[in-house]
Amino acid sequence: MSAFAVGKPESLRDAYGKALVALGEKDPELVVFDADLSGSTRTILFGQKFPDRFFNVGVMEPTMMTMAAGLALQGRTVYASTFAVFAAGQAYNAVRQSICYNQANVKIVATHGGLLVGADGGTHQIVEDIGLMRGLPGMTVIVPADAPTTRAATFAVADRYGPAYVRLTRENLPPVTDGSFAIGKAAELRSGSDLTMVAVGSLVARALEVAEDLQKVGVSTRVLDFASVKPFDAPALLRAARDTGAILVLEEHSVLTGVGALVASTTSENSPVPVRRVGVPDLFGESGEPWALLDRYGMSKERITEEAWELLKARGKVQ
Amino acid sequence: MAEEVPAELVRSLEGTAREVRKEVIRMTFAAQSGHPGGSLSVADILTTLVFHELRIDPARVDWPDRDRLVLSKGHASPAMYATLALRGFLPREELSTFRQLGSRLQGHVDRTKLPCIEASTGCLGQGIGMAVGMALDARLRKASYRTYAVIGDGECQAGPTWEALMAGGHYRLSNLVVILDRNGLETDGSTEAIMGIEPIVEKFRAFRYHTIDIDGHSIPALLDAFAEARRTTDGPTAIVARTVKGKGVSFMEGKHQYHGKAPNSAEAEQALAELSRGEGAPS
Repeated sequence: MSAFAVGKPESLRDAYGKALVALGEKDPELVVFDADLSGSTRTILFGQKFPDRFFNVGVMEPTMMTMAAGLALQGRTVYASTFAVFAAGQAYNAVRQSICYNQANVKIVATHGGLLVGADGGTHQIVEDIGLMRGLPGMTVIVPADAPTTRAATFAVADRYGPAYVRLTRENLPPVTDGSFAIGKAAELRSGSDLTMVAVGSLVARALEVAEDLQKVGVSTRVLDFASVKPFDAPALLRAARDTGAILVLEEHSVLTGVGALVASTTSENSPVPVRRVGVPDLFGESGEPWALLDRYGMSKERITEEAWELLKARGKVQ
Repeated sequence: MAEEVPAELVRSLEGTAREVRKEVIRMTFAAQSGHPGGSLSVADILTTLVFHELRIDPARVDWPDRDRLVLSKGHASPAMYATLALRGFLPREELSTFRQLGSRLQGHVDRTKLPCIEASTGCLGQGIGMAVGMALDARLRKASYRTYAVIGDGECQAGPTWEALMAGGHYRLSNLVVILDRNGLETDGSTEAIMGIEPIVEKFRAFRYHTIDIDGHSIPALLDAFAEARRTTDGPTAIVARTVKGKGVSFMEGKHQYHGKAPNSAEAEQALAELSRGEGAPS
């Protein structure tokens, strides 16, 4: 059985906006930036409550990041939000130099990561951001799978000095965790001994669904929610490699540079086991119904199931 | 209106600026790399700021009310290090470590290594944005500190420079002063031949800056401009400081080739001799 019943989908962005308001009440120096998307990112909730500490700077994402750094270096915790394609893409070098190189205490909470942006199309569906952000020295990278983890992660990054990137999904997602998120820890959402699925974001719920189906035919699947991408829980990953002997990674991100690459390199250096990656191939996305896009680009339940069987065959657990 | 500027102060600052220029030559020669041209052009600006205009204290680099100086043209680091060393923020002997492995004096200024640096810069168009953030911080805190951003003219080709300037104008940050080291040259040649930034005074005015156009090598003009900026309370000030790249060293003046090229042994010797000859005489 799944450790947590899959419930009604909830907005990660609303969870973020509400958590920001709570943080603003606790920390009178906390400042929030947005770049003309405050209704979508939900920073508007903070802006309505604390207008003096909210700066909607318009369409100037690189300078939103440099201004945020300038304030943060005066001892403040600063949150900056926009869509992931602008936060990690448009503003990359400002994030790199003004925030990371300066060790500025700026928390970038980027919404609309991945293909689930849907109808806006490939220009706005960034599938490279996890790779870009986890490559930056000193950057913490979190990819919540649901609203409870979003809320917990919003608080957790405030408690840890330094730059952070939190990637949220536009679509509502069912709660799959109890919100007991901790930076650097993977959450074992389901125990298992034949195979491990390491999943982030929108694909954690799918991992749990496929694991449930596999159980019906006698395959025991461990599911790790790898929301803390950097720092990541190496002990939990290597334990899973040793215990189950095979790992399937699921991410709504390019397989070239994302969590799959992280898992494959870590296991291969420390505890080599077969690893397969489910994610976006080396392609840009396109317009479409969000969940249909996931299916089209190789992240359907069927595809996940096929990949699981390939791993089980490689391990000699099935013919 | 120009205020009465004490001649003694002017002479003192001019002498200090000459020392800064000599250190720029020594540092770039020793490192056999670095950016002498733009360091020599900005020397009078930085000297006037660090030795007169800024409310700073070498004994208290974390003083909350200190004025903030951001060198957005971070490649002029030799001039910055030399000025700060002469003012007592770091040992003068340390200047010889510039660009060496393990040094606090990075090729481009780095706050994490050298605490008297307010912001690590180097990639252009970013320091100015950080300075706007600092000025906003002061306003939110109702703090008295002022923020000074020194930008380059090649930097004025970068989009984010204008984003940041737009924000400073939008928020009417009267505690922000932007100084443009308008030496007219960038790595590959003349700014106006490569990608013209003129009419620059009109651009600053259009971005809602009280704009002052001065000779950036005139200490009295710099002192006047900073005083005028302090009197400006309805928005930010921009000072267009007209300068000469390589100022003070005859064979470097007006030569873009010395943007990022260190002097060789003979050149360094000649440069130091020229700068020493200037001692005691009004520039």
